[in-house]
Amino acid sequence: MKITPLGDSALIVRVHSRDESLDVVLDAVHKIGVAQIPGVVEVAPAYMSIGVFFDPMQVATAGAGPAAIFDLVAEQIRQAVSRKTKSTKPTARLVKIPVCYDLEFALDLTDVAQHARLSAKQVVDLHQAAEYRVNCVGFTPGFPYLSGLPKKLATPRHATPRKEIPAGSVAIGGAQTGIYPFRSPGGWNVIGRTPLQLFDPLKNPPALLRAGDRVRIRPITRDEFNAFKK
Amino acid sequence: MSATISRAGFLTTIQDLGRLGFRESGVSPGGALDQYALRVANLLVGNVEVDAGLEITLGGFCVRFEDERLVSWGGGDFDVRMGTAALPVGHLALVRAGEEVIVDKPKIGCRAWFAISGGIDVPIVLGSRATDLRAGFGGLDGRALRDRDNIPFGKNSALAQRWINSLRSEKIARVSASHDWASPARADPILRIVRGSDWSCFDAAAHRVLTSERFTVSPDSDRMGARLEGSELKRSEEADLVSEAVAPGTIQVPPSGQPIVLLGDCQTIGGYPKIASVITVDLSRAAQLRPGDRVRFHEVVLEEAHRLLLERERDFQYFKTGLSLRP
Repeated sequence: MKITPLGDSALIVRVHSRDESLDVVLDAVHKIGVAQIPGVVEVAPAYMSIGVFFDPMQVATAGAGPAAIFDLVAEQIRQAVSRKTKSTKPTARLVKIPVCYDLEFALDLTDVAQHARLSAKQVVDLHQAAEYRVNCVGFTPGFPYLSGLPKKLATPRHATPRKEIPAGSVAIGGAQTGIYPFRSPGGWNVIGRTPLQLFDPLKNPPALLRAGDRVRIRPITRDEFNAFKK
Repeated sequence: MSATISRAGFLTTIQDLGRLGFRESGVSPGGALDQYALRVANLLVGNVEVDAGLEITLGGFCVRFEDERLVSWGGGDFDVRMGTAALPVGHLALVRAGEEVIVDKPKIGCRAWFAISGGIDVPIVLGSRATDLRAGFGGLDGRALRDRDNIPFGKNSALAQRWINSLRSEKIARVSASHDWASPARADPILRIVRGSDWSCFDAAAHRVLTSERFTVSPDSDRMGARLEGSELKRSEEADLVSEAVAPGTIQVPPSGQPIVLLGDCQTIGGYPKIASVITVDLSRAAQLRPGDRVRFHEVVLEEAHRLLLERERDFQYFKTGLSLRP
């Protein structure tokens, strides 16, 4: 584990783990949260690391001078993470996402198929059969980065991002797949669309998916998609 | 009561101190890009620090009030007027029903934060009234203000009401924040930085460029970040980095070698190397960068960044206490 400053009000905890790094990260996130370290205001996972955000003023109030603020937070994080106590962290949920692969939605399906030397149908079959896991949520609010994409489907991002990708677009970027919660620019290859709302600011948590979730795709027809939207 | 926006200007949004606790869902803290300016302006009008005010970008703004309110502002070197009377930065003024306040374009800087007694009373979404323009929520319908919008205010605090009564004869109060606090904009800004977690991905030449040369702020800048143009910051290793947390102030370097200083609306995670971070006290200056400005960076150690922050906070608490003792 390596802890480095991210500016003066945050730090990054890098976990070093050969495999299952997501579970190691999630376990550490949970332990840091439970420890209620004075001054820590937010903890968020990202792939193989954790962002810990703190208020230096509160850390100083807890007894640290300017020279000791970072060390005090870092030390308490080390202690929290190394605790062997059984954590009662929430178990990973399985979330089913309906996806329509209709050609009107699948803006880049032919490109992905060509790149993989497969037919469009084979691409869709492979994509919908796999089980994915949410590595983290970011880029835009509610955007899930999913691992577990079949290797054959890995497709490089567009050199020039599209100016506009429709909300709900399911896309492939390199070895990952993801879903755009909002209409936004983006460089990933769009192969389908979900009618689900991935981000709702009136809900808590606002994002439909969270890091660690398992995700399966339920393929739907265009009619089902339209019915869902109503 | 409320006020009507006569002219919304280039980009005016409702902002408070932003939202914490939703980074896991990809929600950035957002809020006023210069939180300190908004906190000072809020205190001057008898509000609490977290009340919502306006963030005005490059001026062109005019608002008409429907009832008596105290107003104050901080930020760039703007020309702010109530009728023919100038309202200097960091001062407190009484606006009467039917009066207009105009925020003209700035001589130096980019943004101003405008506090109104009672605060702007829009619904709290995810713990904050701040407008999130990317995801379209918070503030007024999750969008920038438009001409003819009506913005609702909360009730004046007892303190504000007392000051309103005493200001009826005086109009612009003699109390003010020190100029340095209220107006951080500089013609040739220097931003202090600490080393980033990927500092060592860059060679000595890149370090030298970053800490000695000037960078020009690109027009392609917004609340997410200020994009800079200058000598290329070359990486010494081309290994692909795994995305990690980023924060307001993080300076990331995309493959073009042209750095980006992230601001309050930045994404929560990023895959570009983080060469350095602007220290928190200088985010006030970073929020004033406007296209064409030429900016330099000066390296300090983390301890110095923390010392400066604690010092500023002590000054702020002192100012707060002083205000509360005012009759």
